[in-house]
Order: sequence, then C-alpha cells, then structure tokens
Amino acid sequence: MRLRSPNVDAAPGRSPRQAIPFLLPALVVLAALVLYPLVFSLIRSFFDASGDEFVGVDNYVDTFTDSRTLTAFRNNVIWVVVAPAAVTGIGLVLAVLTERIRWATAFRLVLFMPMAISLFASGIIFRLVYEQSPDQGVVNAVVVGVHDVFSPASKYPNARPRDGYAATDAGYAGIRPAKAGDTITLPLIGYPPQDLPPQALPASPPAAGTEELRGVIWLDVSVGGKAGTVDPTERGMPGIAVEAVRDGQVVARTTTGDDGRFTFPDLGTADVTVRLPEDNFTLPFRGLTWLGASLITPVIISSWIWIMTGFAITFIAAGLSAIPRDALEAARVDGATEWQVFQRVTVPLLSPVLLVVFVTLVINVLKIFELVFVIAPGSVQSEANVLALQMWQVSFGTGGDQGAGSALAVILFLLVAPAMLFNIRRFRRERS
Amino acid sequence: MTLVAEEVRIDVPVSGTPRRGVLTRLVGRLGNGVVQVVLALVAVFWLVPVFGLLIASLRDESANTASGWWTIFTKPAELTLANYAELVSNHAVWQSFLNTFYIAVPATVLVVVMASLASYALAWIEFPGRETLTVVVVGLLVMPIQVALIPVAKLFGALGLFGTITGVVLFHVAFGLPFAIFLLRNFFAGIPRDLIEAARMDGSTEWVIFKRVILPVAKPAIASLTIFQFLWVWNDLLVALVFADQDSAPITVALRAQLRQFGTNIDMLSTGAFLSMIVPLAVFLVFQKYFVQGVLAGSTK
Repeated sequence: MRLRSPNVDAAPGRSPRQAIPFLLPALVVLAALVLYPLVFSLIRSFFDASGDEFVGVDNYVDTFTDSRTLTAFRNNVIWVVVAPAAVTGIGLVLAVLTERIRWATAFRLVLFMPMAISLFASGIIFRLVYEQSPDQGVVNAVVVGVHDVFSPASKYPNARPRDGYAATDAGYAGIRPAKAGDTITLPLIGYPPQDLPPQALPASPPAAGTEELRGVIWLDVSVGGKAGTVDPTERGMPGIAVEAVRDGQVVARTTTGDDGRFTFPDLGTADVTVRLPEDNFTLPFRGLTWLGASLITPVIISSWIWIMTGFAITFIAAGLSAIPRDALEAARVDGATEWQVFQRVTVPLLSPVLLVVFVTLVINVLKIFELVFVIAPGSVQSEANVLALQMWQVSFGTGGDQGAGSALAVILFLLVAPAMLFNIRRFRRERS
Repeated sequence: MTLVAEEVRIDVPVSGTPRRGVLTRLVGRLGNGVVQVVLALVAVFWLVPVFGLLIASLRDESANTASGWWTIFTKPAELTLANYAELVSNHAVWQSFLNTFYIAVPATVLVVVMASLASYALAWIEFPGRETLTVVVVGLLVMPIQVALIPVAKLFGALGLFGTITGVVLFHVAFGLPFAIFLLRNFFAGIPRDLIEAARMDGSTEWVIFKRVILPVAKPAIASLTIFQFLWVWNDLLVALVFADQDSAPITVALRAQLRQFGTNIDMLSTGAFLSMIVPLAVFLVFQKYFVQGVLAGSTK
C-alpha cells in the first residue's frame, strides 16, 4: 500500500538519520530487555544451576523426564485442546444470538467485564465460587441443595449403637435375636446432645407387652450417668427408622416417637433381628472436592472460559457485522432454516475471524499462570501445574535452578513461535 | 448496504412467500423469547461470581466462616464496611495499593511516548531496514515474558534495580512496547498522506509534523493504548512477583501471602481483591469503547 512507496521523495533533503531520535528510546529498551534476554536465556539453558558449567542439553533432558514438568506438559495439552475451542464455540453461538436482542451492547459489556480485572482477582473470585464448604462456595451449596432434594440428609449422622449391634451394609443389626414380648433398650452414642431435635422427650424403657416387641432408643450421654442405662436426664431420639428382620426379609418397620420408644405389634412368635437402617446415620453430603487433585484443571479452565468468552463474542460480533446481509437474506429467501444459514453461510464467511480468535486464545492459554497460581491450593498445585508456572517455580520459587528455568522458558518460546509466524504472515498479507 | 438489506427483509413477508406461514412466524417469535431468556441467564451467570465476591467483602470474618454470601438476602444487617476500613488502615496493604499506581502510571506514560515516537518513524520516515524492524516488532507481540525473567533479573541485580519500582516499570515498558508500536504504527500509517506531505512542503521538521499533525489525529488510538496498557500493568502479578520486593510490591503481590489459608481469610482476600478491582472496573465502565478497541487490537499479547 502507501507505506511501501518511499515518502521521503516528497520533501527533498530528508535523510534516514532523522528516524534515529524517534526510534532510539524504544529500540534501546527492546534490545536490552527483550532481545538480549532471549539470546541470554537460550545460552543459559545449556548451563547448570549455578551457571558455571556447560551441560549441553541436560536441562532439556531433565525437563522431559521430570514428573512435575511432564504433568505441566500434560495440563498444557489439555488446556490447548479444550479451552480455546470451547471459548471460540461459545463465543460464536452467543455472538450470533446477541444479534437477535436489543440489549446486545449491555450483554457484551457484562461478559467483557472480566477482561478488565486482573487474573489474580478472577482467581480469588473462582476460588470462592468453588470453595469446598457448602457454607462458603456457591457451587457446592447448589450441588448439596439439589442432592438433598432427591435424597434428604439423615437425621443423626455418625450416631451408632454402643454395643450389641453389628454394622452391616443395610445398617446396624442386633446380634441377639428378639421376639414379641421382649423389651429392647438401645443406647446410641456419637451424636452431640445439643443437636437433638427440640421435641425429644426424656427417655424411659417401656413396659413389656405380651404381643408386642417394644423398645427405646436414646442418646446415651455417658457423662454424669451410667453407660447403657437410661438416666433421668437422657432423652429419646425421635424419628429413627427401625426394622424387624426375619430370614433376611424385613417383616415390619416403625419409627421412634418423641420419647425414643418404638413398638412392633403382630410380629408372630418367631425370632426377629432388630435393625437400624443405614440411612439414619449417613454423613450429610458436602458436595464435590472441586479444588482437589482430580477436578482442579477443569475448574481452572472454567474460570478462564468466564474471563475470555466476552473477548471472543466481541471479536466475532465485529466480524459478523462485516458479513454482507444480502448473503444471509438470500439464503433465508431460498427457504433455509436459521440453523442452515448459520452452518452454511455464517460460519464459512466468519472462518478467517474464528481462526484469529482461536490462535489468539491458544497463545493466551500457553502463557496461563496466575489462574493456576491462585485457584489451585498449595497441596494440589503440582497436579494443576502448567509450563509457565513450573518455569517460575523452578527459577524463582522453591527450585532455584535457573539453568532448568531457562530451558523451560526456551520451550515456552518455541511453543508460541508458530503463532509468531502466523502473526507475521497475517501482517504481511494485510499490507500487500 | 445496510439500507438495502433492511428493505429486503421487510419485503419478504409482504410478497407472501408460501414457506413463511403464521406458524413459522410464531415459532420465530417464541424462539426470540427463548433467546432472550437464555442470554439473560448467561448474563446472570457471569455476574454472580463477582457479586459473591463483593458481598463476601462486605461481611466480617465470622459471618464469612459461618455461612455463604447468599445468606445476606435473609440477613442484610450483616453488611459492613469494616473490612475495607481495616484494609485501608493496614499500612502494608495501603502502600501496595499506592505502589500499583506508582508502577502503572509511569509504565503507561513511557510506553505511550516511546511507542508514538517509534511508530512515527516506522510509518512515515524512510530508512534502511524499516520493513525488517516492523516485522520484528510484529514477531515480538507474542513473546512470553518468561523468556526475559532470568536474564533481566540478573541485569537488574547488577544495576541495583532489582526489587525497585523502577525495575518493575522498565520491564513493563519493554514488554508493552511491541503491542503499542504495532497498534500506533497501524493507525499512523492510515493517516492520509496529503496531510504529512503538505507539512513537509511547508518545511516543517519531522518533530513538528509528529507533534502538530500526527498526535492530534491519533488521539483515539492513543486513548485505546493508554487504557489497555494501564490496565495491563495494573493487573500484573508475575512481573512484580519476580522483580518487586516487599516495599515496592503492588497489591496483587501483597495479597498473595494471604492465599495459604483461603477459607479463614475470605474477608481479607475478597476485600483486597475488590479494592484492586475498583480502579480497572471504573476505567472499564468510563472508557469501555477505547478499552474494547484496545483489547481487540492487542489480544495477541
């Protein structure tokens, strides 16, 4: 274009020397702090930790055999495969959808907002979102809420019989058989007395009934009383399910009253086993360990998607507005459905823009550092590790090996080098 | 072209294409309703995490430990500014907040000045190697900063700049320049040739042309660059983590130490994070147009 033609001719006497004062400050800084360091890192990567001894490619060999670094490589691969494609896809769909609403600008503003804040702050935001405790992390609060709707929490988590009962898959089963006319006293322990429901009444063993199997289940607080006997201050445990089992079959079910008593009428004469079903005592569901070793990388990727989607939407929307409306309308007039228009017209016309967005996101992903640094708790950081973080840790964190750190920096540079060429080629094409 | 398209769209139903019946239009309208609802949900989904952080920063430590931020809807009395008061009165945190300005402002000014000068030369002064230099700058756009951390740390150590604000600023300037030059050079190159040539005919020096012709025209591009660069530096963690010491640390680095006990530090961390976000959010809301343009142009960074 214009630039290529020499524009000094217009004013005779201009000399290239006049460019020097304009270029000098930037060139000095770039040469000293970007280009020289690049060369230095390359050379440094062939020396040992102290920098005194030439070790050839040892640092690179170590890098590709070190388990921490290999985990970082694996995670970078996962990131590159999953994250940019996900964001480009979500961005494309949302950008097309926003064309159909009036508040598109407001929508894009909301989704773009995460781009303005630091990755550090975004990291803290998502650390809080995914915090393990359902009393702090909103995701687990929702997960627990939904879970408890379908399988309600047990009344007495962790409570258990003092003795005389064996833990089985179905619950606590009495060791000795019982039959109609017996009276069972069943002390439970392992549950805080202050957590008993307010309607719980003082417990007392029922009188024996001839036709019935009767019993009482109470919280046996050993402090200030005798273990295994009902003391005056001790209260019954309301609402515990009790089963009578004969030959492996449940023949009767009942639930304890407010005073902890239960009764099985009409059991017949044969022996039964009294059993307390498991779900009286299961621990409450506390959600998933999002920030644990197995889920940490997907969790961090989700936070990155939150940050980058707005960028993808805005970029793609700019591309969309450049698509000739006639092409879309022509397809619609021909009877194409919206989906066909999207698939056959919009996406092919947008593909150059989508490629730029995708490449940009890949570069961004390769350099990912802060999110992993902030969201992954210290104990799982090795599991969530990525190259940029590993480079920092090896060189400045706990490692202190600048030879290996330089090797990692060079590897990182080589990974983004194709993107460099992509940019240069695009730049040249746009100018010619 | 837009006008023509509008006309076509209006014409279609009137001309009574048999395929576009009442049912199709009904489905289309319903579909639009669904789109509205889906997008509204997406927007809420995007806002909830930030809202949660804001509420957490407005509840004290015991409240944050005992229950989630969403319980505020039933207990609005828990809201308090105490965390902010405490954080601001904490000397180290307040100092780090100021440091963030001391780093971001000079790093932005220097980048804008140096890049404008260099971009002018690259766009409008003919000199040998101009093409190559431009391509090198484009190549440097995606340079990972990790490549320079170790060598520059050594260099700064030798110059006594390690652990100083000056050192952090210089590093940011170096890695801000390629994008800044790329953005401004593209913009300068698009300025009509006649403007510059007319000035040259009048015998103006290059400096005068730069000041009187280029800069006034390039204000929007410079605004985009300024906002982008300021937020980029403001939001940095890694550079300051390596090059700043305790006294020159920006707020991101200062808060980092609190991360170890996240569950019990939610009050301080959310407050600190929100404090660090106030400036970018304000800049974003006020200058959104320039910021979005800057990000779109500089996304390759």
